[in-house]
Amino acid sequence: MHRLHAPHNQPSGDESPAEAVATTRRALIGTAAGLGAAALVAPGVVLHTLSAQAETAPITNKSRWGLLIETDKCAEGCRACIEACDHEHGLDRQVPEGSPSKWEQQKAVWIRKVKLQDNQTGRITQLPLMCQHCEHPPCVDVCPTGASFKRADGIVMVDRHLCIGCRYCMMACPYKARSFIHHNTTGQLTAVPRGKGCVESCNLCVHRRDYGQDSTACADACAATGHHAILFGDLKDPESPIRRRMREIQNRQIREDLGLNTGVRYAGI
Amino acid sequence: MKRIVYREWRIPPQRYWSLIGYLAALIGIGALSFGYMEHEGHWVTGMSNSVVWGMPHVFAVFLIVSASGALNIASIGTVFKKPIYKPLGRLSGLLAVALLVGGLLILVTDLGRPERLIVAMTHYNFSSIFAWNIYLYTGFMAIVIAYLWSMADRQGAPFNYPIGVFALIWRLALTTGTGSIFGFLVARQAYDAAILGPMFVALSLAYGLAVFMLVLFFCFEEEGRSIGPRVLRRLRNLLALFVAVVLYFVLIYHLTNLYMAKKDAFEHWLLLGGGFYTFVFWVGWILVGNLVPLWILYHPALSEQRNWIIAACTLVILGGLAAMYVIIIGSQAFPLAMFPGHTILESGFNDGVQGAAASYWPSIPEVLLGIGGVALSLLIILVGVRVLQFLPESLADEVVAPDEEQLAEAVAVKPA
Ligand code: SF4
Ligand code: SF4
Repeated sequence: MHRLHAPHNQPSGDESPAEAVATTRRALIGTAAGLGAAALVAPGVVLHTLSAQAETAPITNKSRWGLLIETDKCAEGCRACIEACDHEHGLDRQVPEGSPSKWEQQKAVWIRKVKLQDNQTGRITQLPLMCQHCEHPPCVDVCPTGASFKRADGIVMVDRHLCIGCRYCMMACPYKARSFIHHNTTGQLTAVPRGKGCVESCNLCVHRRDYGQDSTACADACAATGHHAILFGDLKDPESPIRRRMREIQNRQIREDLGLNTGVRYAGI
Repeated sequence: MKRIVYREWRIPPQRYWSLIGYLAALIGIGALSFGYMEHEGHWVTGMSNSVVWGMPHVFAVFLIVSASGALNIASIGTVFKKPIYKPLGRLSGLLAVALLVGGLLILVTDLGRPERLIVAMTHYNFSSIFAWNIYLYTGFMAIVIAYLWSMADRQGAPFNYPIGVFALIWRLALTTGTGSIFGFLVARQAYDAAILGPMFVALSLAYGLAVFMLVLFFCFEEEGRSIGPRVLRRLRNLLALFVAVVLYFVLIYHLTNLYMAKKDAFEHWLLLGGGFYTFVFWVGWILVGNLVPLWILYHPALSEQRNWIIAACTLVILGGLAAMYVIIIGSQAFPLAMFPGHTILESGFNDGVQGAAASYWPSIPEVLLGIGGVALSLLIILVGVRVLQFLPESLADEVVAPDEEQLAEAVAVKPA
């Protein structure tokens, strides 16, 4: 399936580049359909047509985006998803400040790798951990200004114009998914506004959603390494690959006891 | 019993202005710290992505909690009709407002984007206890100002009781709200306990009264006004009671936590293996903040001496700061329990590898910002007592109302 990469520095609010992308996409869809690879391409066409509307149409709750992570496929020492995320959102442009240990504690991290050992059996598990895009997000509940919000399609993110930097959401998040920007930032990408004094976290590559792309940077990078540990997709569509895979294998939420109904699910923990 | 006369604080101008000068200097240093942290960003503080609320919150929450506790004296006088406390009502109201202002200012200046305060006042998310608290705090100030008016103005007198009742209820809601900022955080093992609400009420009673007593003693001493043994005894006994109540709540809080298996790890860490936090808990909070003051306040000889009572108040306040340190910072330093039954071997985000606590060390600007807030509260109090009639001229035994028990006796012997 072809995938369109929105130019890295595309302003997410600007209409004209969006339209340009849409036009290209329609042209491509036309070509694809014209080629007549009916059975294989048809679902792709449907998907793309839907997302092409999504750019101009308001975001609806017809989809709920999420990730399925198969921990047994996550390779020891691999950091492909983290590097891709950092690059996609300009986190690799952070300039270290203070001592290295201080910087370790203060830099923004949207996705990290965690290695666990079962106390009983000694079994080792690796997994990438990021904002879980909770259906009932505690961060949104506690945010005094409403800067933390959940989109209709289930993506939880921070409006950096409303965030006052109180960090209450960080106190409330059970996954320690959020980072506070402790220092001055430079060279941010226009698609990913970030700035000193605000809080941020994984946004499921929301700019890709809005340009109709069908994956996240981490999932793509993981697939590119051949591990295929991260699957992105629509949790509401019973026929989506993620849903099909979720039917096939056991998977659960981290801290299921909290009843947050997370959008990120893990197999093998 | 004589009529209570209130009079402005008449210490010599040089003394007054030098006090104001000290406080202004501290506020100035606090302001510089704020400017520095705001300009450089929070990276110059000890705060990190693991410990997101640091020293400023310790000071701010302590002041806010004390603010509501300081109003208690007025409530006892008005609502519980203990006439001996009546002359102290005005000072109690002033303290409540002043401490609250200081505390809130610290909170605001510690925001990542303090210049967006207007956003916080125009965008509300009503599911957030924080947003409620903005209303609770501003409402509290308005109510206390009305309360002061009802105490000081003849026309306000008839409203004194209803406003007093309202203020009492409001302040209980406020402190419960402050406690609930922590108490409703399901994710953190140390929090997620409804008992934090009432426990904060207990803390507020003790800290508010300790601050109140120190301010009262200082103002009276400076100007040579007298406090009789009866008032002294009353305040002392009240403080002892409140400190004991705090101890009770701390005990219940930790016992319930110990009872719940999932909180075992946290309790074990805090009570035994938490290093600095364990030390601050046992030595700072329990020993210095509770046991030693209780010992002084119940000691037959020491409890009769003003200086020892002052020492007890000071210890209660130091213990209060230690308590806030443990509650606010210790609870963040302890790693989130994301994977029960597992040990984290490696993590790219300080997730408590091998159960290690996050590191935090307060930086100097954070501490100075906190002290600046305290100084601001004190400045408001000093200016207040100087320009308005907050302080009773005397609290000598023959001036204040007789004890209620004697009052009842007096009524009984008097032919009806
Ligand atoms: S994981 Fe944390 S930041 Fe993400 S939605 Fe849930 S509570 Fe919010
Ligand atoms: S830091 Fe920002 S997003 Fe988080 S609770 Fe505060 S205002 Fe909301």
